[in-house]
Amino acid sequence: MSKWDISKISEWKSEDFPRAAVIPESGNSDDYNVGGWRSERPYRDEKVCTQCMLCWIFCPDSSVLVEDAKVVGFDFEHCKGCGICAAECPSNPKFGRKAIEMVPEGCEMPGVK
Amino acid sequence: MVDQKTLAATGNSLVAEAIRQCNPDVIPAYPITPQTTVVEELAKFVAQGRMHAEYINVESEHSAMSASVGASAAGARVATATSSQGLALMWEELHIAAGMRLPIVMFNANRALSAPINIHCDHSDIMGARDTGWIIMFAETAQEAYDNTIMAFRIAEHPDVLLPVLTTADGFITTHSIDRAEVMDDETVAKFVGEYVPTYALLDTDNPTSHGNFAGLAGPYFEFKKQERTAIDASKPVIKQVGEEFSELTGRPFDLVETWGMEDADIAIVVIGSTAGNARHVARDLRTKGVKAGVVKVRVFRPFPAEELRTALKGVKAVAVLDRSESFGAEGGPLFLEVRSALYDLETRVPLVNYIYGLGGSDVRLELMEQVFSDLSDIASGATAPFGLTYLGTR
Repeated sequence: MSKWDISKISEWKSEDFPRAAVIPESGNSDDYNVGGWRSERPYRDEKVCTQCMLCWIFCPDSSVLVEDAKVVGFDFEHCKGCGICAAECPSNPKFGRKAIEMVPEGCEMPGVK
Repeated sequence: MVDQKTLAATGNSLVAEAIRQCNPDVIPAYPITPQTTVVEELAKFVAQGRMHAEYINVESEHSAMSASVGASAAGARVATATSSQGLALMWEELHIAAGMRLPIVMFNANRALSAPINIHCDHSDIMGARDTGWIIMFAETAQEAYDNTIMAFRIAEHPDVLLPVLTTADGFITTHSIDRAEVMDDETVAKFVGEYVPTYALLDTDNPTSHGNFAGLAGPYFEFKKQERTAIDASKPVIKQVGEEFSELTGRPFDLVETWGMEDADIAIVVIGSTAGNARHVARDLRTKGVKAGVVKVRVFRPFPAEELRTALKGVKAVAVLDRSESFGAEGGPLFLEVRSALYDLETRVPLVNYIYGLGGSDVRLELMEQVFSDLSDIASGATAPFGLTYLGTR
């Protein structure tokens, strides 16, 4: 399917728009940074992660990045910081904690406030 | 004209029958007096396998309209019904259904709004929906309620329109009285209504679409509202055309505005719904006494038939507009305000008075209609029209 051409959207008249603000194509949020309102971001500890993939299954924004069947990180252009990945992440008995936890936006390490 | 079966049935039962015959895919519904028997009958039809709709028992009217919006966006033909507080609870979704251009058909049993609590007829509930973008049709009789409901699907789903339609009847007076009505057979109705083919359907996975999108932050919200205005203006010729086809099929006349005695009327009542019968009865009596009385019944309120009203009322010496709802603090009831606005464009002014009547099911006795016509005769022969509105029949 060819991309919906909206390059001249600012010049469109009322009748040029698809009816009722319908977007007649799928997946165009790929083209936009929609992660800007995130107040917390998921932090994943590589050592603790068992690669169970539950975060990838549950993420409502397809923002868990996977390469060769392994979670490698998050797509922060699209992650809204909802925390579902951290909530679903099971505790690793070897470490007694989860691999994913939410940290305040702007911080790199857990525990830093 | 097709063969029809004559039934004795209540307005609600005939509305349920019309909805069944139009074969909606989804019915999300919540019961409320005096609409309850409509959704009860629909639930029974589904349970008996007499219709194949997905019947959803929702937990409130807010959810009934939300589910209707979702099902309609998915591509289904959707019908529901409500009344009074239920319609009020749907308020935000009414705007969403119209803004998303979803051809949902909803029946409303016209009933007063609280407080004080009351379950009887007036038009306070439906007039609250007049600026939501829905097409609004009124019925005088059970027959008209049946007919309007069938036409509503054709109008809503017309490609030039694609707007939701509210088809209404007066609570208890029309919804619960047993009336004589003619009904068509299922095939005739199915053929008349046709199959609904949505242009954008969420369940059409070969053509994925996204609905209910954001158009703020200097986005084209205003342009989408203009689309809505264009659509409801375009619905008027569609309603007329569907009405003509329906008349041809059934032999029953239909127009946005229906008149009685207006060819030579000196005085006239403009009215909506079941009270039109009372007004006509008294007008007929007055005619035998040489009074040229007429009645104008508004059957479609949105889009507002301004041109038709100008034609009907031009040259009349005195006109009374009867409102069965209030617009507190305004110059008059909703119908009065719009009729007066429509008549402003006439070169010769038509003397116009407003009566608020029958709130909360207060009895609309024939004496009240006689009083209105008598006031009109006085105004027509030179008496000063009362300034402002008159409460008719209050203590």
